[in-house]
Amino acid sequence: MSSQNQYEGLNELDNMHYDILREVGNIGAGNATTALSQLINTKIDMTVPKVELLDFTALADVVGSAEKIVVGILLNLSGDVDGMMMFMMEFSSAKNIVNQLMGKAEKDLAAFTELELSALKEIGNIIAGAYLSALSSLTNLNIVESVPYMSIDMAGAILSVPAIAFGELGDKALLIESEFNQTEEESVNGFFILIPTEKSYETILSSLGM
Amino acid sequence: MGKMIRVGMADLNVCSSPDALTTLGLGSCVGIVLYDSTTKIAGMAHVMLPDSTRIRSNENVAKFADTGIDELVRRLEKMGVPKKRLVAKIAGGAQMFAFSSENSMLCVGKRNVEATKEKLKSLDIRIISEDTGDSYGRTIEFYPENGNLLIKTVGKEEKII
Repeated sequence: MSSQNQYEGLNELDNMHYDILREVGNIGAGNATTALSQLINTKIDMTVPKVELLDFTALADVVGSAEKIVVGILLNLSGDVDGMMMFMMEFSSAKNIVNQLMGKAEKDLAAFTELELSALKEIGNIIAGAYLSALSSLTNLNIVESVPYMSIDMAGAILSVPAIAFGELGDKALLIESEFNQTEEESVNGFFILIPTEKSYETILSSLGM
Repeated sequence: MGKMIRVGMADLNVCSSPDALTTLGLGSCVGIVLYDSTTKIAGMAHVMLPDSTRIRSNENVAKFADTGIDELVRRLEKMGVPKKRLVAKIAGGAQMFAFSSENSMLCVGKRNVEATKEKLKSLDIRIISEDTGDSYGRTIEFYPENGNLLIKTVGKEEKII
C-alpha cells in the first residue's frame, strides 16, 4: 500500500477510502435489502450507496427536512467495531412495510398499534442485522450489536443522536447512506447510516487492506 | 411580519423584533434563547454537547453549551444589550432512544441541560421558562416582539412557554 492511502482521520479520506466505504455500504445494504424483500415477499431495488462527509447542519437535509417524521431504529455496536448503526424510514414507508407484513390490503396511515410497533422494531432488527453480518463477513471483524432501539419523531431530532456521537470527534459526520425503493406504486424507501467511531474507521479500513 | 431566521445544528444567531428565530428538530441538543424584553433583541443557540473543555476538536463554539452561551452573550452585547438585562428560555435535551444502559454518551440530552443551566447560573442569567427532557423532538420558534417561545412536537399540541 502506498503511504498516500494511509488513513489519517476523517478529514483526510481520499477517493480510494470513499470507494471502499461505498463498497462496504453496498454489500451491507444489499444484504439488508434482500432480507427485507424476503420478509415482505416483494421486489425491492437499491440505489448505489453514497458516501459523504457532511457538516452537521446539512445532516437532516439528507432525508429532506429536519421536521419530516421518520422511524429511526438504532443499534449500538461493540466488539471490534464501536459505533452505531441507524436504519431510517419515512413514516409512510414504515406503515407500508408493516401493512404488507401483516397482510393488510387497505391503505392504513393511522398511528401504529403496539403490535405493529413491535413488528417494526423486529423488522429493523432483521434489516440492520443483515447489514452488519455482511459487514462482519467482509471485514472478518467481530461486530456485536445491541438490542434495537426505536424512535418515531422528527428527522432532525433522531439524527441528533448520531450527530452528537460525531460531534465529539469533529464538525463533520461521515455518512454511508444506502437507499432502497420498492418498484411498485406502494413505495418503500429508507436509509442506512453506519456510524463507526473514528478509531473503528481505521479498524474497518485496515481490515480491508488499507 | 419580520423574517424567520433559521439556526442550524451547532449554530447560533441573533435578531431583533419583528424578526424571529427558529431551530428545527431539536433532539438531545438544547435550544437556548437569551433575550431582552426592553430592546426586543434576542439570540438563539442550538448546542450539541455540554463541555468544550473535554473535547479535542472544539473550534466551533456554537457546538457546546459553555462556549455557545458565552458567544451568544458576546453577540448580544455587541448589539447593545448588557448581560444583566438578559433572561433565558431553554428547550430540548430529550433522550430520543430508550437506552437501558447508563452510558454517559447516550444520556447526553440530560447532560446538555445540566451544563446549560450551570453556565447560565454562573453568568447570573435567569431561566424564566423551560421545556426540557422527555423523549420527543421539538421545533422551537422565538418571537422577540412578545418574548414567546413556541414549541412544536409530533402528535402533541403546540405550546408557548
